[in-house]
Amino acid sequence: MSQPETENPIDTLTVVPVRLYGLWIGTAISLVIILMIAESLITNPVFGWPIAGKYLFHPSILSGLGQTLLLTVTIMVLAIAIGTVVAIMRLSTSLILNAFASAYIWIFRGAPALIQLIFWFNLSMVVREISLTLPFVGTLFSVKTNDFMTPFVSAVVALSLHEAGYMAEIVRAGINSVGKGQTEAAGSLGMNQRMTLWRITLPQAMRFIVPPTGNETINLLKTTSLVTFIAVNDLLYSAQAIYARTFETIPLLMVVMFWYLFVVTVLSISQYFIEQYYGKSDLD
Amino acid sequence: MTSKTAHYEEFGVPEDSIVFARGVRKSFGDLEVLKGVNLNVPKGTVACIIGPSGSGKSTFLRCINHLEKVSGGILLVDGEFIGYDLRNGKLYEVRDSLMCKRRANIGMVFQSFNLFSHMTALENLIEAPIMVKGVPAKEAKDQAYTLLKRVGLADKTDAYPRQLSGGQQQRVAIARALAMNPKVLLFDEPTSALDPELVGEVLQVMRDLAESGMTMVVVTHEMGFAREVADELIFMDQGVVAERGEPEEMIVSPKSPRTQEFLACVR
Repeated sequence: MSQPETENPIDTLTVVPVRLYGLWIGTAISLVIILMIAESLITNPVFGWPIAGKYLFHPSILSGLGQTLLLTVTIMVLAIAIGTVVAIMRLSTSLILNAFASAYIWIFRGAPALIQLIFWFNLSMVVREISLTLPFVGTLFSVKTNDFMTPFVSAVVALSLHEAGYMAEIVRAGINSVGKGQTEAAGSLGMNQRMTLWRITLPQAMRFIVPPTGNETINLLKTTSLVTFIAVNDLLYSAQAIYARTFETIPLLMVVMFWYLFVVTVLSISQYFIEQYYGKSDLD
Repeated sequence: MTSKTAHYEEFGVPEDSIVFARGVRKSFGDLEVLKGVNLNVPKGTVACIIGPSGSGKSTFLRCINHLEKVSGGILLVDGEFIGYDLRNGKLYEVRDSLMCKRRANIGMVFQSFNLFSHMTALENLIEAPIMVKGVPAKEAKDQAYTLLKRVGLADKTDAYPRQLSGGQQQRVAIARALAMNPKVLLFDEPTSALDPELVGEVLQVMRDLAESGMTMVVVTHEMGFAREVADELIFMDQGVVAERGEPEEMIVSPKSPRTQEFLACVR
């Protein structure tokens, strides 16, 4: 039974997809509504776009932006370092280290960021001096908190400790996600626990750590706006300083929003590239 | 050297023994998995361990390189304890760093390959020699190239595990274990996770290794391989060695009824 050689018209039949007329009409109507809303936003004098445009690249706004970025980067680096240490402690077999790490995460993740911020800022008012005195040896060092506990430093300390609480859980989840077989293979080759953690487990854990960390960085960027409460010269504070004088509140808030959105977009794009780098062993 | 002779004399360990077990017991909480395993693997021989699941064969294998801690009994590799020391008639666990040093002389090949997925084949092979033994990078790389050639994967040095087939990954895993110049190679069901087509290439590498004089302990279901390559066949059942002997003899005419039962199913 061989196939007939002549062409059968049935062979050329193709399937025509369903025509979703309702969907097309709905999309068209939505587009019109969106354009109308956009038009009203753009032309509404309340937003004061021309004023916003004027302040967009204002020196104090840009300097505030710089402070915000500096805060975010510094805090994130410290948070990752502290968080990794806490995560390793949390995974350790020693009960003390485990308990300490759990307590750390509980406290610093539990209290609201703003409260931690205000607390550390006021620490210098309560604790006048930090010194280390040993019996028979005398005072090793002594420093006045007012000297170094500036608003900026308080903000960094407070938010780093707070953020480290989240990072510890992220790193711990990442480490746990690396299969047991990897540590067994490393162990069977004679690698000790420290070597295994740093050479085998953590590099592979990065694939699971990077996406939530990117998330946290973006959140942190916005959380830093809280520092305006302790008079740190960040982006929001700079904008507030201006509209306290000129009462152009909404346009200046639009400027702040724009810059936050801009930086978040840049961060999201960088995260994409970082994920690609750490996932390169996944590519075929 | 003194401690080595002490163990030999004390327990009656044959001089050429690479793996010696006597009365090895292992419990996971209340569950006793190994109930007194006695075994001796002389240097340069291949021992194949077969048995039903739950018999403890994988657990015993993992006790040899201390991936599982022994609950009782004597387990020596080349005359030495791996995870513990015998002092004044008691067994004391040793520090992690010392245990790892001793473990470096034992190679293991896993059922699920366990290649380091963030490293290429070459990097997988040079990692342990450089980090654990302090071998200079150039020397480690040269040895790695040689080993990969030996297992037939000279062209895959820069491939990531994800880009390799199961059989290729397992061969890289064997090469990785060989890179540490182990005294004995342990195989934990090395071909159980492979497509039937790929099993052959791994068994060939194992056959070559056996021929070159490597001491091997293999937990496997591959009866053909055991029959051909093993110097001793060990049948484990319910945590003890139920029967042992020459593979050909044992497979054809097993002595114990349990062994007969098991072999009937496997064939």
